[in-house]
Amino acid sequence: MIYVVIAFLWAAIWLYLLLGGADFGAGILELFTSDKNKSKTRKTVYRVIGPVWEANHMWLIIAIVILFVGFPKIYTLMSVHMHIPLVIMLVGIIARGTAFTFRHYDAVVDDMQVVYNKIFQYSSFITPFFLGIIAASTVSGAIDTEAKDFLSAYVYSWLNWFSIAVGLFTVSICGFLAAIFIIGETDTEEDKRRFIQKAKFMNIAAVITGGLVFIIAYLEGIPLAQWIFGNPIGTIAISAATLSLIILWKTIDKKNAVQLRILAGFQVSMILLSLTYEHFPNIILLKNGEYLSLMEYQGEEKTIAALAWALLLGSLFILPALYYLIYSFQKKGKVH
Amino acid sequence: MDDFLAARSQMALSLGFHIIFACIGMVMPFFMAVSHYYYLKTKKPVYKNITKAWSKGVAIFFATGAVSGTALSFELGLLWPEFMKHAGPIFGMPFSLEGTAFFIEAIALGFFLYGWDKFNPWFHWFTGVVVGVSGIISGILVVAANAWMNNPTGFDYINGQYINIDPIKAMFNDAWLSQALHMSIAAFCATGFAVAGVHAYMLLKGKNKEFHRKSFRIAAAFGCIAAILQPLSGDFSAKDVAKRQPAKLAAMEAHFYTEKRAPLIIGGIPNEEKQTVDYALKIPGLLSFITHGDINAEVTGLDQIPKDEHPPVAITHYAFQIMVGLGMIMLLISILYFYSLWKKHNLMDKKWLLKLFAIATPMGYIAVEAGWTVTEVGRQPWIIYGIMRTADAVTPMPGIVYSFYLFTAIYLSLSFIVGFMLYRQIKMVDTLYDISEDLSNKQS
Ligand code: HDD
Ligand code: HEM
Ligand code: HEM
Repeated sequence: MIYVVIAFLWAAIWLYLLLGGADFGAGILELFTSDKNKSKTRKTVYRVIGPVWEANHMWLIIAIVILFVGFPKIYTLMSVHMHIPLVIMLVGIIARGTAFTFRHYDAVVDDMQVVYNKIFQYSSFITPFFLGIIAASTVSGAIDTEAKDFLSAYVYSWLNWFSIAVGLFTVSICGFLAAIFIIGETDTEEDKRRFIQKAKFMNIAAVITGGLVFIIAYLEGIPLAQWIFGNPIGTIAISAATLSLIILWKTIDKKNAVQLRILAGFQVSMILLSLTYEHFPNIILLKNGEYLSLMEYQGEEKTIAALAWALLLGSLFILPALYYLIYSFQKKGKVH
Repeated sequence: MDDFLAARSQMALSLGFHIIFACIGMVMPFFMAVSHYYYLKTKKPVYKNITKAWSKGVAIFFATGAVSGTALSFELGLLWPEFMKHAGPIFGMPFSLEGTAFFIEAIALGFFLYGWDKFNPWFHWFTGVVVGVSGIISGILVVAANAWMNNPTGFDYINGQYINIDPIKAMFNDAWLSQALHMSIAAFCATGFAVAGVHAYMLLKGKNKEFHRKSFRIAAAFGCIAAILQPLSGDFSAKDVAKRQPAKLAAMEAHFYTEKRAPLIIGGIPNEEKQTVDYALKIPGLLSFITHGDINAEVTGLDQIPKDEHPPVAITHYAFQIMVGLGMIMLLISILYFYSLWKKHNLMDKKWLLKLFAIATPMGYIAVEAGWTVTEVGRQPWIIYGIMRTADAVTPMPGIVYSFYLFTAIYLSLSFIVGFMLYRQIKMVDTLYDISEDLSNKQS
């Protein structure tokens, strides 16, 4: 049963990265769009993510619930040492979700729109940035459970160059996903070209920030390269990601939306796989070199079994409904 | 303000904020389903306008409810790590089921809000109902988690260890039924009165009569039925509390000494030092009767409870008085409303009744907040009743005060913006839905 739970945890993180990532990315793209085109970008973005954004952020909640029910010690450790970035991320989530809805549902359209837009754009950047920081901090051995002073216990646990690089990398990945996703949703040739341009831009940003992550990891003595290339799965995954990147660049101008989405999704999934595979089941590496393992720190058997059943039953309801939601708005969206 | 107090205040603030949006998210879909149903049956545009106008409001509230709920699931760990470390695996069952309910709710909401004219009308209507039903289910589930904190079961606590965990048993703890019932009815009562109040106010101003009259009727029907049921369910809760948390009951009633034929104390100022209640109205025997069904029964007072396990008496007592007082006022208004409905039908001309409703707009929500204050403050000093103290659960990180200020600022500005947007929505009813009156008259 524990494997069911872990699979769901991984799937929730994966889906949040893909779907939620595209969702964040939409705001990031808006941030980097020239003023002239902003409202156009905004309209496309709204039409595409409007119906699904509520559902998207549920993946995060599911991941959190799995953590605190199934792996309470890991959840608490993160809550204590990642308190500050978690709060910033929360503020980002709150600001983003509300601004997104407010700007659409405000009955009067006036200067308030400018405020909503600004909030939406900046929080779309900040939230994945801090998500990246938190993820990086768990594996980079920055958390010091024995620290006595405030700074080393609660600040240096996440504030370091490696985490920042991973944060930027996450932001670029989100922007890239969003651009690829939106290409298929645009109506005019001109829009398509604009989003292809953005996708390329974001992809380059991802490659650069990704490189940065490796360089800093090397400088800081984090054996990132070894984690990834030290085992066949990681190596294969990264090679596959690179291969799909090449195919993507070769075919992007053909504007085959489905193919592009699959390639981009595949690429990001492979990156996540390669990063998590070697570590499994250790999800947190502490400063003193100790690992917190999902296997070792799992809750009691009965809890895990109940959790697994709840997740399995839940997905029986959720997946078909979710599929139908996405499917119908894809179809109906095109007609309109 | 010290960090412990800041953490408690932040938790209270976040929950108090979330509960308002949660109530709306649980109840408004049913109001919409009713007007939507009338629309599909009668094809009168006014009903479609009502449904659409409401759904715009709901989208705003829903987003705010969703993000404040997300914040809560982190705050549990951010503020109370020691609690979550032990409680998570025990009371987590409702949360993992709640995930499904939320998900279904969010999916159905996507269909409902964005699906106008795109789907079979009855399928579209049905998705609206699903939003409401899954909202209620998630409310019941999360209250089950809270009830576990009041009545921790489903594990053995031996030498500071939590063993033999049974999450299912923990979910169906003794406090669950009374709390979930009372909370669900409260949501209908509070939202019904709030919505009816706003429409009553607009009717008094003589605007868009057709639109507001029909909206008012739907909301008032739900709110008033709930307000009549609520004291019954509250009585059930009180008996339950008397059984499982005598300290909370004693604090609610400001009942300092154990006695037979205990009086019900109404109002008054509890003096915790002198153990007296000044200026109160005391009705002999009534407390014994309410809690045990016998005017001579003995009711445990605070003197039987160790001093360091006393909840704050004054706050609990005041909050309880406020809840019950408002409940009684709403009960009266409901009886008047149904009475005049029964007597004659043109009650919309009765200005005084509409005025009463307009005045009662915030009452339900105030009662909800007061009720939660009773439940939560009355549980102090325990976070898990009888097992873990709140003070032992708080995060070791210093500086929570700043986090409290930050969240206060965020929630204040959100409340301000939501209020502002609601005001605009209501003002726009005139221009957006003005046609409703003559069109619907023509068609009928
Ligand atoms: C519209 C709101 C509303 C109204 C009119 C009332 N209540 Fe209430 N009450 C709530 C809303 C509420 C609540 C917010 O929903 C609470 C908090 C926790 C809970 O389960 O329900 C609550 C809690 C609560 C508790 C504590 C339960 C516990 O700790 O387990 C008691 C004893 C009562 N109520 C009793 C009453 C009585 C005797 C009422 C008579 C009129 C009454 N309530 C009206
Ligand atoms: C939404 C309605 C709720 C409101 C308005 C509410 C209100 C409050 C208040 C006023 C406090 C502070 C008590 C004090 O420290 O004196 C508090 C504490 C707390 N509540 Fe609630 N509560 C609600 C529901 C819940 C639910 C459903 C849960 C859990 C599943 C919960 C968990 C907690 C926790 C963990 C604390 C902090 C520890 C404590 O003070 O005992 N609450 N809440
Ligand atoms: C008695 C207290 C509570 C009730 C009745 C309640 C009910 C609800 C309802 C009906 C929703 C649906 C969204 C909406 O309508 O706006 C919601 C949202 C949410 N609540 Fe609460 N809630 C309570 C307390 C809590 C607590 C203590 C937590 C966290 C531990 C929590 C976590 C959430 C989350 C994560 C969401 C977002 C779900 C989404 O995205 O759709 N709630 N709540």
